[in-house]
Amino acid sequence: MASATPTASSGAGARPAEVPARSKSRARKAGSRRRVLGQVSWTAGAWIAALIFFFPVLWMALTAFKQESAAYTTTPHLVFKPTLDQFRAVFDAGIGPYLANSATATLLSTLLVLVLGIPAAYALSIRPVRKTRDVLFFFISTKMLPGVAAIIPVYLAVRDLGALDSVWTLMVLYTAMNLPIAVWMMRSFFLEVPGEVLEAARVDGVTLRQEITRILLPIVAPGIAATALICVIFSWNEFFLALNLTSVRAGTMPIFLVGFMSSEGLYWAKLAAAATLACLPVLLAGWLAQKQLVRGLSMGAVK
Amino acid sequence: MRIRRGRRRALAACALAAATLLTASGCAGAGEASGSGSGTTITVAIVANPQMQDVETLTSYFTRTHPGIHVKYVTLPENEARQKITESVATGSNEFDVVMISNYETPMWAKNGWLTDLQPYADGTPGYDPGDFVKPVKDSLSYRGDLYSVPFYGESSFLMYRKDLLAAHHLTMPEHPTWAQVAAIADKLDDPKHNLAGICLRGDPGWGENLAPLDTVINTFGGRWYDPQWNAQLDSPQVKKAVNFYVDLLHRDGEPGAATAGFTECGTDMAQGTAAMWYDATSAAGSLEDPTSSKVVGKIGYVQAPVEKTPSSGWLYSWSLGIPKTSAHQQAAWQFMSWATSKDYIKLVGSKLGWSRVPPGSRTSTYQLPQYEKAAAAFAKPTLEAISSADPGHPTVGAVPYTGVQFLDIPEFEDLGTRVSQQITAAVAGQQSADAALTQAQQYAQTVGDTYRKH
Repeated sequence: MASATPTASSGAGARPAEVPARSKSRARKAGSRRRVLGQVSWTAGAWIAALIFFFPVLWMALTAFKQESAAYTTTPHLVFKPTLDQFRAVFDAGIGPYLANSATATLLSTLLVLVLGIPAAYALSIRPVRKTRDVLFFFISTKMLPGVAAIIPVYLAVRDLGALDSVWTLMVLYTAMNLPIAVWMMRSFFLEVPGEVLEAARVDGVTLRQEITRILLPIVAPGIAATALICVIFSWNEFFLALNLTSVRAGTMPIFLVGFMSSEGLYWAKLAAAATLACLPVLLAGWLAQKQLVRGLSMGAVK
Repeated sequence: MRIRRGRRRALAACALAAATLLTASGCAGAGEASGSGSGTTITVAIVANPQMQDVETLTSYFTRTHPGIHVKYVTLPENEARQKITESVATGSNEFDVVMISNYETPMWAKNGWLTDLQPYADGTPGYDPGDFVKPVKDSLSYRGDLYSVPFYGESSFLMYRKDLLAAHHLTMPEHPTWAQVAAIADKLDDPKHNLAGICLRGDPGWGENLAPLDTVINTFGGRWYDPQWNAQLDSPQVKKAVNFYVDLLHRDGEPGAATAGFTECGTDMAQGTAAMWYDATSAAGSLEDPTSSKVVGKIGYVQAPVEKTPSSGWLYSWSLGIPKTSAHQQAAWQFMSWATSKDYIKLVGSKLGWSRVPPGSRTSTYQLPQYEKAAAAFAKPTLEAISSADPGHPTVGAVPYTGVQFLDIPEFEDLGTRVSQQITAAVAGQQSADAALTQAQQYAQTVGDTYRKH
C-alpha cells in the first residue's frame, strides 16, 4: 500500500505538486476500498446464499430438539428449551434394523456398481467396442421408463421369486438403478485420461488388468469417488422400490422416516429427529469424500 | 510407500466397517428368524395414526395371553399404506395377515373376493358381540350382510365452535344448524385484524381432503355426482350453488392459506384459538379437549353437521381391520383383530393410556362406560349421534347409483376424486372460479360415468 502524502507539512508552494499525488493516492485508496467492498459483498452474498440453502437443514435439526407442540406453533420460535425426547422416541421405535438394511443395500449395491461399471466404462471409452453410442444409449434408455410404470411387473416378478421383503432384492435393484448413471459418469472421467500414459504403460508390457488397476484407476480415483458417492446417495434415499417391495424385515431408512407421518396428531419434531439421524451417514460420507468430490465433479467439465 | 500404506489402511478400515454393518444386519435378520421359530408370526399393515400406534404399544398385553402369536407391524402414512396394501391384496400376495382398510375399500374388496368373510369368526367368538358395533359403521363394512372387516374406530363430521366467542357476540348456535346460519355467524366472528378466522374448512387437494367436507355440503344442497343412469351432475345448479357457497365462505371468512390447509392445519388453528368454527371429523374433538395440545379446552361446543335440504349431512368413515384371503394365518390373524376391536381393548386403552385416547365411534358400549362419558362429556353424545345418523345409502336428496357420503364407492374414485379436488383447490386459491372448476370436474366425472353406462 502506498503511504499517503502528509498533508500537515503542506506549504503554499507545494500545493500545486501535491494535488495530483493526493488524487492519485485517493484513487488508489478508493480502488482498494472498492476492492475490499467488492470482496466483502461477495463474501456476504456467498454467506447469505449458503445460509438460504442450509436453512431448511438447520431448521430440521433445530426442530428435532423441540417438543411436538413447539414445532407446530404458527409463529416459529428460534429460542426454546431443547429436549432429547424426540431422539429417544426415534430410538424406541427401533431404528437399528432399518439403518442396517439401508447400509447393507447401499454399500453392497455401490460396490457392485463399481465392479460392473468400471470394466463397462473402460470398454466404452479407452477401448471403444463396436457401436459404442448405441450401447451408451441403451444404458441410459433404461432410466427413461418411470419406476411407477414398471412397479407392478417388478412386484409380481419379485413375489414369484419369493424375494419380497429381502434386503438382497433391494441391493440388486439399486445396482440396476445406478449402473447406467455410473457407467456414463465414469466413461466421461476415463475419456480425460491422456492416451499417451496408457500407451506408455502398454509399451512397458502391462496386462489389461494391470493397466486398469495400476494406471487407470489411480488417475481417475476422484471420478470414481464422485460416482460412488452419487450411487450411495441415490440408494440411501430411494423410497419407491423400498416401499413396494419390503414390509417387516427389509425396510430401509426412508420407510422408517415416513412411519412417523400421521394424518392425525403432531409428528413434525419426531420426523425431524429421525430425518436428522438419517442424514448423518450421507453427510459423513460426503464430508469424507469432499476433496475427491470437488475434483471429481469438475473433472469432466472442460474438454 | 507411505501413501500406499495409508491407502491400504483406509481400505482395511472400509472393509472392517462394511463387515461390521453386514454382521449387524445379519444379527437383526437372525433375531427375527428365531422370533418366528416358535409359534406363528402375523404381519399387520397399519396406518400411522396415534390410535394405531397405541395398539402397537399395548401389543404386549395381547402376546401375554396369546404366547404362540408374534405380531409384526408395518406402519405407513395413509396414502402409502393405502397404495401398499392395495398392491399386496390385489395381486394376491401373502405379505400381510391383517390389513387396515376403510369402509371405502371393504365392500369393493369383498365383492372382488379378496377378503375373508369375518361373520362366522365374529359370531363364533364368545363375548365379541358384533351387534354392539355402531350400526352405520357395521353396515358400511359389510357385503351382502356379512362383515368383511371389523371397525377399529369410526367417525362422522360435525361442527365445532367456540362457545365463548359466540357468547361475546350474543350469538347462539342451534343443535342442528343450517349452512346459512353458520355462514352468518362466521361473517360476524371473522376478525383478521385479531388473527381470527370465522371458520376453518379444508382447502387442500385430495379425495380424502377437501372433497370430504365439500361432498357433504354438495349432498345437503341437493347435489349429486351422478344420476341413476351415471350421467355426471357436477355442473348442475345444486352442485354449483354448493361449491360456490363453500369457496365464497372460505374467501370471506376462511383461514389464511386455505388452499393448503387440511385436517392438521385446521386442527392447529382451532387448538391455538385462531379459528372460531371448524367443520371436520368427529375424531378431532379428542385432541381439542386435550390440555397438552390445545389452548381452548372446555371452550368448544359441538353440534351436528350443518344442513340445507337433507335432514342430516355428516360423513361416515371407519378405519377397520380385515384379513386378506391369501393370509396363511387366518386363525391367528382373527385372534389379534378380535382383541384389538374388543370391548376389553377399549377398557385397556382407557385404564393404561387414558380415556381420551380410546378409539371412538366403533362400539355403542364405549358410550356407556362411565369413565369415557366423563372424559368425553363435551363431544361423546354429538359424536355418536352424528355417526348414527349418517346414511351412505341415501347421501343426498335425489337417487344415486353409488353408496358413500363423502366418497363414491367405486374403484375409480381415488383418481377421479383427487383430480376434481385439485380443481376445487385452484378455485379456493383464487386461480379460477368455482364454476370453471366444476366445468372441468364435470368432464372428468363424465368420462368415468361413461364406463358404467356401457355395462
